[in-house]
Amino acid sequence: MLLIDCPHCGPRPELEFRYGGEAHVARPAEPATVDDAQWMAFLYLRSNPKGLHFERWRHMSGCGRFFNCARDTVSDKILKTYPAGQARPSLEALGLAPVDHEVRA
Amino acid sequence: MRETLMDAAPHPSFDEAGLPLTALALGATKLYPAPDLARFVLRVRPEDGARAAAAWGLSLPDALRASTHKDRHVLWQGPDEFLLLALTSEKQEIIDRLQAEMGGKPYSLVDVSHRNQAFLLTGEGAQQLLETGCMLDLDPASFPVGMTTRTLFAKADLTLWRRDTHTFHIELWRSFMPYVMGLLQQSAVAA
Ligand SMILES: [Zn+2]
Repeated sequence: MLLIDCPHCGPRPELEFRYGGEAHVARPAEPATVDDAQWMAFLYLRSNPKGLHFERWRHMSGCGRFFNCARDTVSDKILKTYPAGQARPSLEALGLAPVDHEVRA
Repeated sequence: MRETLMDAAPHPSFDEAGLPLTALALGATKLYPAPDLARFVLRVRPEDGARAAAAWGLSLPDALRASTHKDRHVLWQGPDEFLLLALTSEKQEIIDRLQAEMGGKPYSLVDVSHRNQAFLLTGEGAQQLLETGCMLDLDPASFPVGMTTRTLFAKADLTLWRRDTHTFHIELWRSFMPYVMGLLQQSAVAA
């Protein structure tokens, strides 16, 4: 079982959490002004990388809060968790060399 | 919290939600139904939390802790979510005091008195009995007296609160009560 480090509660068993999809997907500020392709991209297009992934989790059976997580999708290793609303950590902060991981803007 | 210190009945009867009406012996551990309580869920911005707790004469608990004043307890549930336990006679006062003290700041206060039921599990085997369904490390070194959290017991969400080394207060949604009672009784037999 994975132990996930909730930013509010500390390390907890994976079963207390629910996955919440890719993090840092910003809803267009003015939805009425975007075209169909942009709206489709917002709704459906996800990076789905092999390797470093920034994603949302919710501590459902704990504090109930959503937070963000940087996880390697190959090793399943969680590199960092941080509260929702915080900027995505830099590769240096995750202890990664930029050459190995291309982060989609 | 006043405990109903009755002798454990050999053949307990249960209320319609599945909570035993009298104390229940689970091996060497005893389970006491908690008395009726007024319960409120408070949602408030973290910066306004202390003001809300002060309205009830309480200090705001730290993360994963509870704070107590007389018969009132406020349990941390999340950074902006708290569970207030009080005597049923204080219900209206709790609502009115908060409204008066918050001075127009946004909050939500939801009466969940009858959504939850609670019991106390007490005895030297209480921790071990809970560990049959709970994934957390309940050793006092990592789950000390005064700590509270929502967690899972098998598949049921509940709130654990350690009142002293061998006593836990457990709050859960009433519809989960028969499931949790059944598991506790089976685990006590197996232990
Ligand atoms: Zn949490």
